[in-house]
Amino acid sequence: MPKVKVKRTKPSLDMTPMVDLFFLLVTFFMLTATARQEEAVVVDTPSSVSVIKLPDTNVITITVDKEDRVFFGVDGQHTKEALLEKIAGKYGVGFTAEEKRTFSLLNNFGMPVSQLKSFLAMQSSARDEVRQPGIPIDSTQNELGDWVLQTRLTNPKVVIAIKGDNDANFATVQRVIDILQDKKVNRFNLVTDMEAMPGS
Amino acid sequence: MAEIQEKGDSGKGGKKRAKKSSTKVDMTPLVDLAALLITFFMLTTTFNKPQTMEINMPVDPKDETEQIELKASNAMTILLGEDDNLYYYFGLAADNPEVVETDYSANGIRKVLLSPEVKSNDMMTVMIKPMETSRYKNMVDILDEIKITDTKKYALVDFGEADEKLLEQQQLGQ
Repeated sequence: MPKVKVKRTKPSLDMTPMVDLFFLLVTFFMLTATARQEEAVVVDTPSSVSVIKLPDTNVITITVDKEDRVFFGVDGQHTKEALLEKIAGKYGVGFTAEEKRTFSLLNNFGMPVSQLKSFLAMQSSARDEVRQPGIPIDSTQNELGDWVLQTRLTNPKVVIAIKGDNDANFATVQRVIDILQDKKVNRFNLVTDMEAMPGS
Repeated sequence: MAEIQEKGDSGKGGKKRAKKSSTKVDMTPLVDLAALLITFFMLTTTFNKPQTMEINMPVDPKDETEQIELKASNAMTILLGEDDNLYYYFGLAADNPEVVETDYSANGIRKVLLSPEVKSNDMMTVMIKPMETSRYKNMVDILDEIKITDTKKYALVDFGEADEKLLEQQQLGQ
């Protein structure tokens, strides 16, 4: 009687389909996703039932954080470079090409124009650590109004979104709205989180 | 490991064959890499775009006298106070109406906005007056309630002295 040979197989697994699946997912994520923008502050936005989406491009984002600091951000590198040039001309601050480039890569910032130059000259790691005081919105030193006005002159298509924190003081938001209305902006968006419509 | 299973040798013949090096590739590192990339992309991306709420502010009138006075019967005012307090009254502040305290829950202001007093009157204008001390969230919440209740006429108005007096008189929000 012949010996029954136990078939010895290695405990191996064919990983090819798994690799296929993974690469499919990678491709999917790469194509559908836009990189998360680095924000200067974290804000917790209130929720609403509104389902209007914010457009991807041509958006000015005015962020109000819970300490009532105001941050300004706009998308588009060219817009930002042109914008900085205009602001520099208005405030008489000269920016180097390097600083302009840095500025065009910033997502948002909360610095008065007078301190912007030194802020842009910093290393990016140091910039993250520095506490930004926010953009001045007083009536005597209304820089936010200038930023908004110059951005709209640079890129007339922009829409304005206000991204306020839950705990932001209404007075600050009111002031921002007043500034916008002052610049003849009567229509804007409030960025909110999603919330289900009650009873649906 | 990732290997294609070997076919059992038929066991025929004792011929010595040249050892064929297998064409198998170990795929494990590839899987590792792919999983790493997936993780990276999943963490760095935002899937859903932020929602927004669109509001239109009235254009500042050039001539105040051109504005039409709001009738007391068509006015409702919501006051947003400190610490998430919420008050409302019907009519105009000058007539010393009764201020009612309510809250942001579904049984609070939403019921009021859905009540026949508001719903059956097409001319009813809701004025939202946030106090300086109220939070931004309060404003969004109220605008949201307006949207939920499908109130057509509303406006964001500055909190005035008359309202403050009204609250003081009725000992609310102190």
